[in-house]
Amino acid sequence: MSQSRVDADEVRHVAELARVNLDDDEVEAFATQFADILEYFDALDEVPEVDRESDLVNVMRPDEVREGLSQEEALANAPETEDGFFKGPRVS
Amino acid sequence: MTAQALEQRELASVIGLEVHVQLETATKIFCGCSTAAAEDEEPNTRTCPVCLGLPGALPVLNEGAVEAAVKIGKALNADIPEETTFHRKNYYYPDLPKNFQITQYDAPICQDGQLEVDIRDERRIINVRRAHLEEDPGSLQHKGGSIDTADYTLVNYNRAGTPLMEIVTEPDFRSPKEVRNFLAKLEEVLEYLGVFDSTRDGSLRVDANISMVPADDVADDGSISKETLDAANRTEVKNISSHKGAEKALAYEVTRQKNAIQRGRVIEQETRHWDESRGITVSMRSKEEEKDYRYFLEADLPPLQVSDWKQQIPIPELPDARRERFREEYGLDEESASKLTSTKEVADFYEDVAESFDPDLAATWVADNLLGELNYRDMEITDVSDRLDEFKHLVELVATDDITTKNAEEIVLRQMLDDGVDPDTVIEQEGLGKADDDEIVDFVEEAIEENPDAVEDYHSGESGALNFLVGQVMQKSRGSADPGTANQLLRERLDD
Repeated sequence: MSQSRVDADEVRHVAELARVNLDDDEVEAFATQFADILEYFDALDEVPEVDRESDLVNVMRPDEVREGLSQEEALANAPETEDGFFKGPRVS
Repeated sequence: MTAQALEQRELASVIGLEVHVQLETATKIFCGCSTAAAEDEEPNTRTCPVCLGLPGALPVLNEGAVEAAVKIGKALNADIPEETTFHRKNYYYPDLPKNFQITQYDAPICQDGQLEVDIRDERRIINVRRAHLEEDPGSLQHKGGSIDTADYTLVNYNRAGTPLMEIVTEPDFRSPKEVRNFLAKLEEVLEYLGVFDSTRDGSLRVDANISMVPADDVADDGSISKETLDAANRTEVKNISSHKGAEKALAYEVTRQKNAIQRGRVIEQETRHWDESRGITVSMRSKEEEKDYRYFLEADLPPLQVSDWKQQIPIPELPDARRERFREEYGLDEESASKLTSTKEVADFYEDVAESFDPDLAATWVADNLLGELNYRDMEITDVSDRLDEFKHLVELVATDDITTKNAEEIVLRQMLDDGVDPDTVIEQEGLGKADDDEIVDFVEEAIEENPDAVEDYHSGESGALNFLVGQVMQKSRGSADPGTANQLLRERLDD
C-alpha cells in the first residue's frame, strides 16, 4: 500500500469527530503517524484466509435482573463527580 | 424547477418519521441491569460494567427485547429476515459511555411493514421501511445555562442500555394531523402487544423529516415520484416526545418552510430542534454525516436467526380486529366499539363486565359512565387499574337492581372517583340501597296522608296527580325507590 494516504484535512476531520483540538504542528505529526499505522495493516495481506472457528448464532440471556454496581462503585473511576452524577465539560 | 418558480406554486408537505420506542423489558438490552426507574431515583444506581462501557465488558443480548421486536414485526406485518446483525455506530458524546452505540444497520430485525391508520374518514396505509433494535444512551443535564452556554455537564447512565426499537416509516404522511393519528395508533398497538408503556417518561421519541413539494406533483393516490422527493430540500426535526407535540412541531415547520419558499428562499437541508416550551423549531449545529458514524459489525454479538419466532410467538388480538369483533359479538355501534377498544385495559375490562352481566349495560357503564367521568377528571383507566373490581361491583349492583341507575351514576361513581372509596361504602353512607317494597309501601301511605288534595284530584281523573304522588314517594326514598314500583303501589292503594 502507498504512503501518505492521510493528508492534513483528513486528520482534522477525524480530530473533529473525536472532539479533539489539534494545532497545525500536531496535525502534521499525526498525518505522518497515521500513515505509519495504516502501513502496519499491510501485514494483514500476508495472513492466509482461515475459516471462522464456529458459527455462533442466537446467543441470548433470559430477561432477568442481575445486581449491578452501587453508585459509589459506578463513580469510582470518575475524575469529577457531583451529587451522584459524572461531571464533565460543557458539550454541544 | 420547471417553467413556473416554486414560490408561485401550491405546496404540499411530505413527512417521514423515525420513531423511537422504549421496550417494556425487565432488564436492559445488553446487560442484567433493571430498566425500572424508581421515582426520584438516584443517578447512576442502575449500572454495571457493560452499560458503563468499562474495558473488557461484553454485551449479551436480552431475549425479552428480541421477543418484543418480533411481536412488533408481526403486528406491523413486517418481514423478519433469516439473519439479522448488530453494528457499532461511532460518535463522541458523553451520553454514550463506549463512544459508540450498538444498533442495527444493514440487516434490521424488521423490514417492509405497514400500519393502517384512520385519517378523517379515510383508511390510509403507512409503510414502515424498517424497524431495528438499539440501546438508549444515558441522559445529560446541562448545568448553568442552555445547551450552548452551560458551565458543565452532569451525566446519568441509569437509562443507558434501555432497549429501544426505532421504527422508520416511508415519507407517506401528507400532513401533521396524519402524523399524530399514526403515532396514537402505533402507541395503541404497542400497548396491546404489552411491549410499551406510554405513561413512562421519555418512552416515545420522534424525529421527523419534512419537505415541501409542488402540490400538483402529488398523484391522486398520494404517491410522489422519486425525482420530486429528491429535488426537495428537507429538514429533520428532533426532540419530539408525544403525538400532540409531533403535530405542533410539524405544523410549525410546515408554515416556516412555506413562508420561506414563498419569499423565494431555498430551504436549507439541516437538523432542527423542537423547542416545546417556545413552540418553535430552531436550527441545530450540523452533526455528522452518515459516513462519519463509521458503522461496523459488532463482533461481540453473534448474528440472530429468529425468523421462525414469528410463528412461535403469539400476539394478542390487535385493536382493529377487536373493534370489529366487539361490533359483531356484542352488537355495539361504531363509536362505542372504538371507545371500548382504545386501550387494551379498557377492552379487557369491558369484556369482563359484558360477559358477567349484559353487553349493553356494560357498554353504557364502561364507555359512557366510567370513561366519561375519568375524562372529566383528567384521569385515565390506568389511574384506577387496581380498582376495576370495585367498578365491576357497582355495575353488578345496578344489574341486580340493588341501586338505581341514577344514584349509581350521579352519586356512587362520582364519590368513588373523588374520594377513592368503594361502592358499598358510598351506598351505606348515603343510604342509597334500593328501597324494598315494604319501605315503599310506607312511603306510599305517608304520601297519601300528607297530600289529600292530590288524592282527590286523582279520583276526579286528573292525570298529573299520580305523577305528583310518585314524585313525593321518590323524594321520601331519596331516589332509592323504583319509580315503576311506586307507581304501581300507589295505584293499587288509591284504587282500593
